[in-house]
Amino acid sequence: MILSNVGFLSLLLGLISSFAVFLCTVLNIKKNLLNLEKNIYKFLTLQFFFVIIGFFILLYTFIISDFSNETVYNNSHSTKPLFYKITGLWGNHEGSLLLWLLVLTSFILFFFFSSKDEPKNFRLYTVIFHQIIVIGFFIFVLKTSNPFDTLFPVPSEGLGLNPILQDPALAIHPPILYVGYVGTSIIFASALAAMVTGYVNNLWAKNLKKWVLISWTFLTGGILLGSIWAYYELGWGGFWFWDPVENISLMPWLSLTALLHCILTLEKRDLFKNWSIILSIVTFMLSVSGTFLVRSGILNSVHTFANDPSRGIYILIFLFVLIFISFVIFFIFENKNLENKKEIFFLSKETSVLINNWFMIYFLSVVLIGTVYPIFLDVITSEKISVGPPFYNKLLIPFLIPFFLFMSVGPSMNWIKTNLKFKASYIYYFLLTSAATIITIYFLTQKDFLLIILVFSLVFLSVKTLTNFFKNNTNHAQNLSHLGFAMLMLSILFNSISSTEIIKNIKVGETFISKNEKITFEEVKTNEKKNYSSIIGTFEVKNKNNKIIKLYPEIRIYNQPVIATSEAAIKTTLFKDRFITINLIKDEQLFNVRYQNKPFMIWIWISTLIIIFGGTFAVFRKKKNYS
Amino acid sequence: MRFLEKKKITLSFLILVFFVFCFLVFNKALFKDKIYSPEFKDGKTTYLVDFSLPELYSANEIKLSEVIENKDFSIINIWASWCVPCREENDLLKSLSSLSSLQIIGINYKDRKKNSIKFLNDYGNPFKYNLVDKDGTESINLGAYGVPETFLVNKNRKILIKIIGPINDKDVKKIREIVND
Repeated sequence: MILSNVGFLSLLLGLISSFAVFLCTVLNIKKNLLNLEKNIYKFLTLQFFFVIIGFFILLYTFIISDFSNETVYNNSHSTKPLFYKITGLWGNHEGSLLLWLLVLTSFILFFFFSSKDEPKNFRLYTVIFHQIIVIGFFIFVLKTSNPFDTLFPVPSEGLGLNPILQDPALAIHPPILYVGYVGTSIIFASALAAMVTGYVNNLWAKNLKKWVLISWTFLTGGILLGSIWAYYELGWGGFWFWDPVENISLMPWLSLTALLHCILTLEKRDLFKNWSIILSIVTFMLSVSGTFLVRSGILNSVHTFANDPSRGIYILIFLFVLIFISFVIFFIFENKNLENKKEIFFLSKETSVLINNWFMIYFLSVVLIGTVYPIFLDVITSEKISVGPPFYNKLLIPFLIPFFLFMSVGPSMNWIKTNLKFKASYIYYFLLTSAATIITIYFLTQKDFLLIILVFSLVFLSVKTLTNFFKNNTNHAQNLSHLGFAMLMLSILFNSISSTEIIKNIKVGETFISKNEKITFEEVKTNEKKNYSSIIGTFEVKNKNNKIIKLYPEIRIYNQPVIATSEAAIKTTLFKDRFITINLIKDEQLFNVRYQNKPFMIWIWISTLIIIFGGTFAVFRKKKNYS
Repeated sequence: MRFLEKKKITLSFLILVFFVFCFLVFNKALFKDKIYSPEFKDGKTTYLVDFSLPELYSANEIKLSEVIENKDFSIINIWASWCVPCREENDLLKSLSSLSSLQIIGINYKDRKKNSIKFLNDYGNPFKYNLVDKDGTESINLGAYGVPETFLVNKNRKILIKIIGPINDKDVKKIREIVND
């Protein structure tokens, strides 16, 4: 009880420090005093300090299971393993917002410390714009989602954490994703500040690039972990469902990817100034809209935990205030950052960045429309529709072909002008790609025209990207990420067209055949654990070479709250995953068994890791260059 | 230059109007009743489309028309475990499931399998069959507006009643009258 009050007080003091930072910065711009700048440091540190105190108090109440705190009561249980007690902190609305605030305040502090070389007014304006966001979130937390609400009388036991959230991948998914999301707030504030102070130039781009890279890398990691969770925990055997909540993490990723390419052009060629600013603003707006859509309960999804319109309306107003501010600033100061009238030669890196951006914006629009259109239609006509995978497949896949082709040649272009000379190597590329495509197609069961071109363009992209590694003066971070992307697309493609599935109802001892494998249901055991009891099946998979693999799918019945979940048994090999789930059938001896063969599953994770590795490499390499 | 300024102001005005529009839509969506007002469409001789979907427990493909042929009357109920009004109407559906000339077929709309099984374990299972419409496409083909939605059809798949939103006591009475004729 006392702890929670201290926590609340600490957040309140944090809010006061935020106002103090804001005031100091505004005064400093007007009066230009040196000791005021010291005060900004002080208050920024203080603001971060108070949030971290609040965070640790909440963490501590989770660890000791202090059920006088309502958040702990709603989301934890005394028999929960320590790991899930800790991760329970951000497995709920209130705690996750506190985490958001923690990342937000730490980033601005880090920004202020690390930007000493940049113009003073630019730094101050960045802090001002960022403080608007910080204050907005502080008030949001304190007013609508206080994590330190207390309960009296104190309950003796908590309600428990939703079992589907008790998963290692999901436990670290929110913090990683938040770093990615919140990193875009610095990009946003810095873009507005650069606009106001007329600092939109290659120097700004050079400094902003590391923030873009950090956010992008973490966002990619966050999405990866979310997918891993969906694959291992949800038990449908898929990793991406085009669920609205997945889409809203993909949208900032797409605009951030566009920005990442655009900012390179700004750095090297002083081009695309306004466009970079717009992308920076859009990226952050998409992140906040993501929070709005998840947290307001406007969408029905596995991720919707909160169903409170008052929270929704707060974020909605906040979002539109931010849009309004950035809009006004953009139109007032647009003239200050006049675009250089440089001609762009058709065959140049500038053009390829532009083409990349067109594609990114197209993909973004498709996902945005698919996510938001049902809401608009519902409000305007009361008609309810659902937008599923067919929509996205139809609109995205055909455009991937030209995208892959442009992506394969884009990185080989030079800045300013590329002289196109006929090289013999082009013929080799073409022959090599064609040969590889023919071999690949031979192994595929499905053969239609679109698929063949898709495979061809993808193989071409992979071959081209691979050869880039052996060139002189090449950017290995970029090569890695591009290679990872090509591999990801290849694995997704092969995975989606050659997955097989068989669903049977069988008793213990029975056997069924899937393709050239024989699957035997050997036995069933029960097992008691600390927070659940489980039914474990033993399956034997025998392939035609008489190689035996054992699989142990599980049904878990959690005791707090009582929820049955089915844990898939997955045997991963280099070329395919064998995926088996069992379900109870009511009042019968039969079990519902679902057996899937998912080729190249592990390559989806590996290739995304390569993309992330490329991003990380770029962050560190750049840092070395600066110092 | 003057002309440009004017153009800029018009443009910003238009964009502003667009954002205000978006705000209003989202605001309305936020406070929109998630429970739909029931709407009756009588005297329309429309027929239910036919399709096959896997069954929830057995996972066998089931053809809708073949199942409907077996009984004089069938109720097709579109439901989901995440749909709150579905819980409330579950009791009414259970009361109807005892009628001998009527069977209830559930269409499990955009749901996770284990959530729907838990729903049926918790609130009871009025359904003879439960067809899984994982991505919601077949429900759209059915002409459904959302969840819950209920159709009463005869042997020939002629739609006798279509109820958008949860069914209430009045609907139950009406269904009983038709079925007992």
